[in-house]
Amino acid sequence: MSDLMASDLITPDAGEPPLLSINEVSILKAAPLTRLSLRLREASLKAAGSAFGVDLPVLPLSSATADKRAALWMGPDEWTLFAPENTSQSVVSDIEGKLGAEPHSLVDVSERSEAIIVSGQRAAWLLNTGIFVDFSIDTFPVGTVSRTIFHKSPVMVWRIGDEAFVVEAWVSFMDYVSGLLVQSASELSAA
Amino acid sequence: MSQPFRTEKGGRINRTEQLTFTFDGEELQGHQGDTLASALLANGVHLVGRSFKYHRPRGIVTSGSEEPNALVGIYRHGDQTPNLRATQVELYQGLEAISQNRFPSLGFDVGAVNDLLSPLFPAGFYYKTFMWPKAFWDRVYEPVIRAAAGLGKPPKTPDQDTYGNIYAHCDVLIAGSGPAGLAAALAASETGAKVILCDEQSEFGGSLLSEVSASIDGKDPSEWIAETINKLEQMDNVTLLPRTTAFGYFAHNYLALAERVTEHLPNPDPKLPRERLWQVRAKEVVIASGAIERPMIFPENDRPGIMLAEAGRTYLNRYGVKVGHKVLVAAACDTAWQTAFDLADHGVEVAGIVDLRETPPENLMAIAKARGIRVEAGCMVTGTLGRKRVKAALLGRMMTSGNVASGGQISCDALLMSGGWTPTVSLYSQSRGKVVWDSDKGAYIPGASVQRERSAGASKGLYGLQEVLEDGYAAGEEAAKAAIGKSAKVSYATATGGEAGTGGTLGALPHDRNASRVKAFVDYQNDVTAKDVKLAVREGMQSIEHIKRYTTTGMATDQGRLSNMNALQIASDSLDRPVTDVGLTTFRLPYTPTTFGLFAGVARGDYFDPVRKTPSHDWVVENGGVFEDVGQWKRTWYFPKNGEDMHAAVARECKTVRESVGLFDASTLGKIEVVGPDAAEFLERLYTNPWKKLAPGRCRYGLLLNDAGFITDDGVIGRLAEDRFHVTTTTGGAPSVFATMEDYLQTEWPELDVWITSTTEQYAVAALQGPKARDVLAPFMEGVDLSADALPHMSVKEATFCGVPCRLFRISFTGELGFEINVSRRHGKMMWETLAKEIEKFGGTAYGTESMHVLRAEKGYIIVGQDTDGTVTPQDAGMSWAIGKKKADFVGKRGLDRPDLVADNRKQFVGLLTKDPKVKLEEGAQITTAENPAIGTPADGHVTSSYFSPALDRSIALAIVKNGHALEGKTLYVPMPDGSIPVEVTGPVFYDKEGARLNV
Repeated sequence: MSDLMASDLITPDAGEPPLLSINEVSILKAAPLTRLSLRLREASLKAAGSAFGVDLPVLPLSSATADKRAALWMGPDEWTLFAPENTSQSVVSDIEGKLGAEPHSLVDVSERSEAIIVSGQRAAWLLNTGIFVDFSIDTFPVGTVSRTIFHKSPVMVWRIGDEAFVVEAWVSFMDYVSGLLVQSASELSAA
Repeated sequence: MSQPFRTEKGGRINRTEQLTFTFDGEELQGHQGDTLASALLANGVHLVGRSFKYHRPRGIVTSGSEEPNALVGIYRHGDQTPNLRATQVELYQGLEAISQNRFPSLGFDVGAVNDLLSPLFPAGFYYKTFMWPKAFWDRVYEPVIRAAAGLGKPPKTPDQDTYGNIYAHCDVLIAGSGPAGLAAALAASETGAKVILCDEQSEFGGSLLSEVSASIDGKDPSEWIAETINKLEQMDNVTLLPRTTAFGYFAHNYLALAERVTEHLPNPDPKLPRERLWQVRAKEVVIASGAIERPMIFPENDRPGIMLAEAGRTYLNRYGVKVGHKVLVAAACDTAWQTAFDLADHGVEVAGIVDLRETPPENLMAIAKARGIRVEAGCMVTGTLGRKRVKAALLGRMMTSGNVASGGQISCDALLMSGGWTPTVSLYSQSRGKVVWDSDKGAYIPGASVQRERSAGASKGLYGLQEVLEDGYAAGEEAAKAAIGKSAKVSYATATGGEAGTGGTLGALPHDRNASRVKAFVDYQNDVTAKDVKLAVREGMQSIEHIKRYTTTGMATDQGRLSNMNALQIASDSLDRPVTDVGLTTFRLPYTPTTFGLFAGVARGDYFDPVRKTPSHDWVVENGGVFEDVGQWKRTWYFPKNGEDMHAAVARECKTVRESVGLFDASTLGKIEVVGPDAAEFLERLYTNPWKKLAPGRCRYGLLLNDAGFITDDGVIGRLAEDRFHVTTTTGGAPSVFATMEDYLQTEWPELDVWITSTTEQYAVAALQGPKARDVLAPFMEGVDLSADALPHMSVKEATFCGVPCRLFRISFTGELGFEINVSRRHGKMMWETLAKEIEKFGGTAYGTESMHVLRAEKGYIIVGQDTDGTVTPQDAGMSWAIGKKKADFVGKRGLDRPDLVADNRKQFVGLLTKDPKVKLEEGAQITTAENPAIGTPADGHVTSSYFSPALDRSIALAIVKNGHALEGKTLYVPMPDGSIPVEVTGPVFYDKEGARLNV
């Protein structure tokens, strides 16, 4: 896990056993995180970025990170902000304070999703058992983030390393997502 | 020797590895590298099945996936998979195969009586015969036809295999690995393009696998294949997929491939999927699907032992199997001669070459002469003898008069035929390309590309090996260039030999037999004869589409790859029109039969659909709650105690809520946070109700219509601040309400400064309902005054529950004092367990969705989707009060003014009380004004909700009834099989009509 781009923010949940741990790929539950959904107009981009500590990315499917911060592009006026657990209130008040009356929407969605870290040599292959996105490194370089579908569940995939991905799903979908990933990986340990 | 038809040497089989298998219980031997078909032939077994309609003995005809006859069942895990083509089944130790469509045995089949009765079964027989009497169809004809129809038996046990799925992207997908496909792969991969090469066979090489007389770059074809594959295997940008059929070509170069992962293994690791579905998006496609040989249409051309010439060559050169000891070759083209020569070189007696052409090429005649092979030119086969194996062929000679004269007979134990070659254009056709007729080639070949694909080699009618290789390289280069804009120079391999032959014939051969008595088969699998096609034309069918459906020609698993061209020519001759005027049927997916398991993939068992659980789930399981499925959610239906049945549990739960307190998990309700300076304006435009004057801290019931004015969703909306609302939706409606909001924001009102965020899963929600609700809640709350004055009905407040931030709503869906506590999801379990324990002190109970339904029905609260069906307006539902009368506009406002929505006779929402309080109506039951309406009388409405009400100690029902609001006090009827049930129309509110219990 040492080569992860955002390793200071997305970390395995120490209290949770690995969902899967084989040579080719591992699946680990990520530790809790502050997640905020930020919506605003272009005029407020700069202010929001400086309040949060990271310039909000404007390229589709891109992300921007800084110490203990990540901003993920979700749409032309939508970002998901990541910050350490228990910093929700301070991050919210920083942004609200800076934006003041500028039109925006900031909603705490920390608990809406759970994240798993899928990493290893066959991580992209494993994700492709249920996600139709092209994960080749040229097309989906490190830092790319996309909301997409895993079989029948909506998910968000964020590439944090050559062979490491964060996969988020709404909490009630996570059993389905992680369960199917583990099941699909079983052929990797076939004789 | 156990395999009397095995050659001494040669072939790609592993002669040192002997395998034992069974066919219909008989133990036989084969080798690693055999297919079931080649192993059977090595043992002299040609008879492998019975035909579909006439139950005629049938043998192996081809060596590929187009095989029409050799359909077998294969046993695995104690059950059999039917209709596998023996030509594709790879042999493994212990393989168990059975023949199909025979009873009691393959050798003696009582169904064969159909063959003798065949004059009674002409084309269109079913259409003509089973017309009358009409009533016989359901009871007699259909069951009998169904019992007799179909090949093979479906498996009886659940599929024990698993199936994988993989999405892939590539620059160049190459379907087919014959010389054209391999050359294309070499050329494309050299550029660095990402290449996928797939082939339905177990080995790459296609036609080269059975080619021994040609050479490539001075090497044996097999050596060239090995070098080529070795080279491709070492390239990171190449994915090689043997045993993988490209079976579907969809829009935007999206292709589906079926990879058979374990089918060829005797004891596969259960962790491996049986098959894997590849869903590939290819920038460019090269179709190198080759060509297949056409049968010749002569009488009795279906006897076991009669095969395609190239199949005979493949069995000889690839599998080391002689298809007979005395083989007659009948042809209209050059390529079949090579088969005769190869057989002779292996010491097989060639009974003769019968060529339809008056003057076959000199060079071939010379080679035949050198090998001492008898040649009959200007001759054709006019019939065959031998029931379970061909014994002899009758010959005919074309006279100058145009008639055929008998040319004697030749004995043989195998007859190899070739009417020429047909390019395999299935994938091109699936890509929506239109084939064009090439009269020189006598074939349909691919026309213009509709998608980013090109055909290469024999699939576009090129047959000479050198020509095919060049075309393959060019196609690969072109595809890579188009995909990634790069070119690379590869040196083209040069072939010697394998020249394109000449000749070929289409349609039925002339003969001197009684045309009304003989059967010359066009479509083996569906038992369609030349006679049938002619009959269809005589009876008025002119288009091949009609002829196909009338005769079923081309409707077998090969989709007519073997039969179409011959059928077209026969129809063309009968109609006396050019073949291009008869039309051509379209090839559709799948290219070859594909298992259901492949399509189902992982969507079975626990993973058929996501199962969504709420934070109370584990507690409910421990406490014996019963779940029901609400969309993808598991919701608790009821909590039986001490062996209660559902009725008793629900009665107790409802009573407890009304008398004391109940706890309900409302986490599944949709929640949407609407934030921004224009939040109130947005809701004002969307919902029927007014929102601008709603004070922060207060809630309002919101009703959502579609443009037509019909109710689509509802829910309580709380105003948290001037610019922030907490919207709730129905459980099932959450995604559609969210999508509707987003749709309006993006397309209708982009100027509004407001945004929506789904918070359904951010919060866990517990509903406390009942007169003791406040007492239960009080000890855990801080930062809020729970008194009726400070927190009246329909208000919301942010506070803490057990120190955890929460949004506290005072709302009710039961008609009792009620609170809904929203805490962040991870605290949901703690909240539920805390409250579940606390209510015990008050004799309270947890309750499920069934009690929730009863309690709300007692109050006449509608459930959208149960009491409404998409045709109910607020007026119909008696909810005009929810419409903001002073509002200029809202979604659905104009719809509500439509004449049909303001007309009389609308169905309206009412209550129903049965005259007998113990009788509970059926939900969905029809309602009439007449007690015993005549059959065909339209209903005046139907029952939407029906329960036994513990509070009223009687049954209650809700319904929509024509002019229902004006019928209060009147008697209507609910006709049921046991007699009509009289009901009295009432208002929909049955309990606490004044609402006094809410405001305490």
